[in-house]
Amino acid sequence: MDALSLIIDYVFSETFFRGAQMTLLLTIVSLFFGIVVGLIIAIIQEMQVKALDYVIIVYLWFFRGTPVLFQIIFVYNVLPSFGINLSSFASGVVALSLNEGAYIAEIMRAGLQSVGKGQRTAATALAMKEWQVMRYVILPQALRVIIPPIGNQFIGMLKLSALVSVVAVQELLLVANQAASSNFRYLEALTAAGIYYLFFTTVFMYIQRHIEFWAVGGRRRAKRDKESVLLVASERTEVR
Amino acid sequence: MSPDTSPSEKSIIEAFDIRKSFGSLEVLKGISLNVDERRTMVIAGPSGSGKSTLIRCFNLLETINSGTILFEGRPISGTDKNAWKTRLEIGMVFQNFELFGHLTALENIILAPTVVKGINRDQATDLAMELLKKVRIPEKASAFPDELSGGQQQRVAIARSLAMEPKLMLYDEPTSALDPEMIKEVLDVIQQLSQEGMTSVVVTHEMGFARKVADRIVFMDHGQIVENASTDQFFDGEVSDRAKQFLEQILTH
Repeated sequence: MDALSLIIDYVFSETFFRGAQMTLLLTIVSLFFGIVVGLIIAIIQEMQVKALDYVIIVYLWFFRGTPVLFQIIFVYNVLPSFGINLSSFASGVVALSLNEGAYIAEIMRAGLQSVGKGQRTAATALAMKEWQVMRYVILPQALRVIIPPIGNQFIGMLKLSALVSVVAVQELLLVANQAASSNFRYLEALTAAGIYYLFFTTVFMYIQRHIEFWAVGGRRRAKRDKESVLLVASERTEVR
Repeated sequence: MSPDTSPSEKSIIEAFDIRKSFGSLEVLKGISLNVDERRTMVIAGPSGSGKSTLIRCFNLLETINSGTILFEGRPISGTDKNAWKTRLEIGMVFQNFELFGHLTALENIILAPTVVKGINRDQATDLAMELLKKVRIPEKASAFPDELSGGQQQRVAIARSLAMEPKLMLYDEPTSALDPEMIKEVLDVIQQLSQEGMTSVVVTHEMGFARKVADRIVFMDHGQIVENASTDQFFDGEVSDRAKQFLEQILTH
């Protein structure tokens, strides 16, 4: 079989498709929990509770200071000796989301801090209560800063998920590796996997561009400008 | 000056011997002051004299360490969880405008009336358009803050405060961040409101404005009131050397 047809066969094979699905699932689930963990940490840091602060410092120190690969193996192989038995998929998700949470927390904190103190003061002076200030003034503006880098984290996570192959989760890279080791056609198997990875990242980058446009309020502005052009146009026809 | 100079004065704010420290730095060293209804007070003084802190105490953005502040005769306190109710009655305009960047001019104005007072959106929009006309930029209703000049932003900020229908307006150096050609458009709006009877306290260095618009002038230095006089007295009569020196500095630069 020539290389091209084998690549095509792999890309459309059920095993590769399943592997790609698994990669996407790992990415989305881990990112989701990573965001939850990051949000919790950011809120705790905002509240400035001393005791919890230390817990978070240790957490950040551990997850930023060790390789993700180490963390995955740790969760899968060491936690069972403490009576915590997780499937390989769950281990992967736990390690990836805890690792991700450490970075997301930082992104969220930067987002919240990007909204100047004066905005809080102005909202407070308008008789808003604390939660209203958060809900209507701080969060909408912080999200514009938070969302674009979270898009980057998604792409990063897609690539990190390949590490989970080390605990035998049947994700894309492991599938490709297994296919190649049976017939030594690494070029074809890895190309097929690469096509999936690039497909995902390309689609996502496209989505991300739209999200960023939305985040700076571009859509609302464009819509408004279009409406005002139409308005001017209709006024002109009326004059005629 | 306000045309209405009837002698029956009612004070909206009465402050007695208020003190405020940030850490070991005492910023307000026993300030006593009345703000009369339907009058305009200008507070002037060198930077660091405590002017801004003083008016931030009035709407409870700062909590005083000792002393008493009465708003319409009842004591108010920044530690009270109902502090927001006091702020309903007091508008504030800031040096850096602080319009909410994710909202258009119109949305900036209707936000607090709708979420705080629960006014319906249509009604709030009507009021907001009226106010935008009052501050002379109705055509900018759908502009975002970063599409407006500083002077326009500040006028929207004034409209935003007015939308809560406050009894008292506080202006914290409203023109200090503006280019010279925009100062007048903002001061004109403040003057107009003042002449319509809005009780106002304006922290500013614009002494021409003070002379034209203020009923009283308070001069502060090092956390104390050095001078508290009617505008005529302040500009024509005898004032302290410290105030004189300050006036000369800012008038001749």
